[in-house]
Amino acid sequence: MIRLEGITKAYGDYPALKGLDLSVRDGEFLALLGPSGSGKTTLLRIIAGLAFPDAGRVLFNGEDVTDLQVAERKVGFVFQHYALFKHMTIADNVGFGLSVRARRERPGRAAIRARAHELLDLVQLGGLGERYPAQLSGGQRQRVALARALAVEPQLLLLDEPFGALDAKVRKTLRRWLRELHKQMGLTSIFVTHDQEEALELADRVVVMDQGRIEQIGSAEQVYMEPASAFVADFVGETCVLPGGVHVRPHDIEIVSDVGHPVVVGNVFRKGGMWRVEGALAGHDRLVEFDLESRLVPPGLGQTVYIRPRRMKIFEATERNAP
Amino acid sequence: MSARTLDRPRLALVLAALGFLALFLLLPLVVVFVEALRQGLGAYAAALVDPDALSAIRLTLLVAAISVPVNLVFGVLAAWAIAKFDFPGKSLLITFLDLPFSVSPVVAGLIYVLVFGAQGWLGPWLEAYDIQIVFAVPGIVLATVFVTFPFVARELIPLMLEQGRDDEEAALSLGASGLQTFLRVTLPNVRWGLLYGVLLCNARAMGEFGAVSVVSGHLRGMTNTMPLHVEILYNEYNFVAAFAVASLLACLALLTLVLKTALEARFHNSNRKA
Amino acid sequence: MEMSSNALALAPPRAIALPRSGRRRARRSVIPGFGLTMGLTLAWLSLIVLIPLSTVFVRSAGMGWTRFAEAAFAPRALAAYQISFATSLGAAAINAVFGLLTAWVLVRYDFAGRRIVNALVDLPFALPTAVAGIALTAIYASNGWIGGLLAPLGITLAYNPVGIMLAMIFVGLPFIVRSLEPVLEDFNAEVEEAARSLGARPVQVFVRVILPEILPALLTGFALAFARGLGEYGSVIFIAGNMPFKSEIAPLLIVTHLEQYDYAGASAIATVMLLAAFALLLVINLIQAWSRRRMER
Repeated sequence: MIRLEGITKAYGDYPALKGLDLSVRDGEFLALLGPSGSGKTTLLRIIAGLAFPDAGRVLFNGEDVTDLQVAERKVGFVFQHYALFKHMTIADNVGFGLSVRARRERPGRAAIRARAHELLDLVQLGGLGERYPAQLSGGQRQRVALARALAVEPQLLLLDEPFGALDAKVRKTLRRWLRELHKQMGLTSIFVTHDQEEALELADRVVVMDQGRIEQIGSAEQVYMEPASAFVADFVGETCVLPGGVHVRPHDIEIVSDVGHPVVVGNVFRKGGMWRVEGALAGHDRLVEFDLESRLVPPGLGQTVYIRPRRMKIFEATERNAP
Repeated sequence: MSARTLDRPRLALVLAALGFLALFLLLPLVVVFVEALRQGLGAYAAALVDPDALSAIRLTLLVAAISVPVNLVFGVLAAWAIAKFDFPGKSLLITFLDLPFSVSPVVAGLIYVLVFGAQGWLGPWLEAYDIQIVFAVPGIVLATVFVTFPFVARELIPLMLEQGRDDEEAALSLGASGLQTFLRVTLPNVRWGLLYGVLLCNARAMGEFGAVSVVSGHLRGMTNTMPLHVEILYNEYNFVAAFAVASLLACLALLTLVLKTALEARFHNSNRKA
Repeated sequence: MEMSSNALALAPPRAIALPRSGRRRARRSVIPGFGLTMGLTLAWLSLIVLIPLSTVFVRSAGMGWTRFAEAAFAPRALAAYQISFATSLGAAAINAVFGLLTAWVLVRYDFAGRRIVNALVDLPFALPTAVAGIALTAIYASNGWIGGLLAPLGITLAYNPVGIMLAMIFVGLPFIVRSLEPVLEDFNAEVEEAARSLGARPVQVFVRVILPEILPALLTGFALAFARGLGEYGSVIFIAGNMPFKSEIAPLLIVTHLEQYDYAGASAIATVMLLAAFALLLVINLIQAWSRRRMER
């Protein structure tokens, strides 16, 4: 089990992390979700031992590892831009972690090769071992980076924006594949992402972060359905803010005859299987979006309709996204 | 940015590097000035106002005043031809432009002796018309032009290649003439690189020793540049005077380094803006 | 109007990367002045560089093989080559170590006066070689600043090959530092962190991950410093002692022949030196072509 206690970190005058506590369960797939500048990558690097907190402790299975260097923590780290060694073959990249061990712990040359090829098979890149990183596609490089991190048999796998540099289609395939792999191996894994869809789809639990603080920790379902703050409601999934701090999902809005909020319709288009309606909330200089079932006839442009939330959350005190 | 604070092994590396640089770069510089002032300011000043020293200074300035503009014009022409057009053998041409950097200064002097010397290709012809090139000022200028040949072109070519031709094509499409395009579009784009090249070219032109030594003839007060004068004084065991003249050249070097650093800062800024 | 890949392989030291764009080849330039600038460039290049340089070879060829070999490979000449090559190789090797250290420290660490030190690295480019020569002699001669301290111990640094090497270290240092600085700056911090996260110790990170990536630049700098040392004259002659067979470098031997009006002898030795310089130029180009291929692989 990984425990973080009171992790604080500042870069000069800029506070990156403001006293975080977090527990990660064994075998869990955890997402650190947040906008850029929320401190999620810094947190990941502190867990890895690539950065060090100004205050607070990092515990692996009850053991304080706060002062240990990355090399001593037995973590696998997958970098955003893969960070493959350009001058080594794929197999040498994967075997690197074994080959730098002290002589008495180091497996023989043949054993390292065998292990590298085994891992390449695992990430479905068998047969590409003799190529160089530049000869692979982005998705393949990402899988090499993963195999390389797994080769040292880490107790914890850390992934920094693992799909950030890939195009949408590859990202989707790789995401599904990674989830399967995690299920198979059961290795405790933490990944950083700014993509809420990715976090909700992959993670057992999602840690939503903002401005160096944890806003909410929960399952994908909890974070989406029961956001703990206006920030979470806003950042995870789409949200409209109605007067009175009312946060509501576009698909939780319905048109009523006349007792709701009046909206002047500005634009109507198809989104997924629904009609997406954009309009201005009359008297509030605020835009709202909501979805209508596609079998309904959508309102015309310039028409005024009345809307009412079916489900909502109210965050009065922290209505910071309101204009 | 984790490597910014210096722990012990890093501090050791920094100190090792600084120690090496102090020994090999800083100490020679300090020695020049200390030795020059060994017998006080009076002896120092006397060495500098000596007529032979003054004539060496004049000749050095003259040589630089000719060879730097010549190479400036040539460098711009070459960079324009190479950066703005495609033609076969471009890489070979660039290699040729760089050739003087690979040639020993002594060989650079030798080749002009072989062309213009009494036993050289044009020797008999020059003698018939009583034209003196080697062992005279023209030879010194030629040898200097040779060794400083690549400086300006070398700075300009990468810069102009990087900037491409879009700006020039835009200017031409707006009705500018070729010369207007060059003066008002190309030149402002490369002005810092151009100055940089001129600066390095000038430093080498004023400081060249080997090539000039071969073609000079070493006539005191006639064909001695400052570096050659330093050698003569040194070989006469007139160390204070030798180091005094050398200190002027060292000041020139320091000035060059200061300007170079300032230009590089300029470079960085204008690159960042682009 | 197409550049062959062969020609590309001949890019010069501090390689100017020519764009390899297929689109550009087909396009005719609308920019004026090609004929004028190219004509003047070729004419001036030929007059100042190519034709004068060719005289060395023409003169050597005119001697006939036997006389050429007598002059070029006389025992004194052979000794001079040996001294020149050995000292410039040694100097380049020492510079490779300390130049790498200097570049590393300048790029990676922040310390007071870093910018001044960075500027000072170019001093050998800016300081006239004669000035460097007399200054180094004043330091290392047996009555000099440092030489004086070592002389009682029986160590002499000047007027022997060690002195030659000291001068060559001075003139060659910036080549290594300036070749390495950009690649060290570009080196991806993530790659280094990746190696550390896989358990590599600092020395292993350097030897197995960083060194292979900067090797082409290090070799290029080494070759440039070697070439510079081979041709160096001004800074060496003051400190060398210039004893035939002991501390006489090849460029000095050329000057000696010239002073005796032995143009043929001078040309023969110059031919050997020029061929060595061109061979080094070729080696540098090959290193850079190799490094480019490695990047694209």
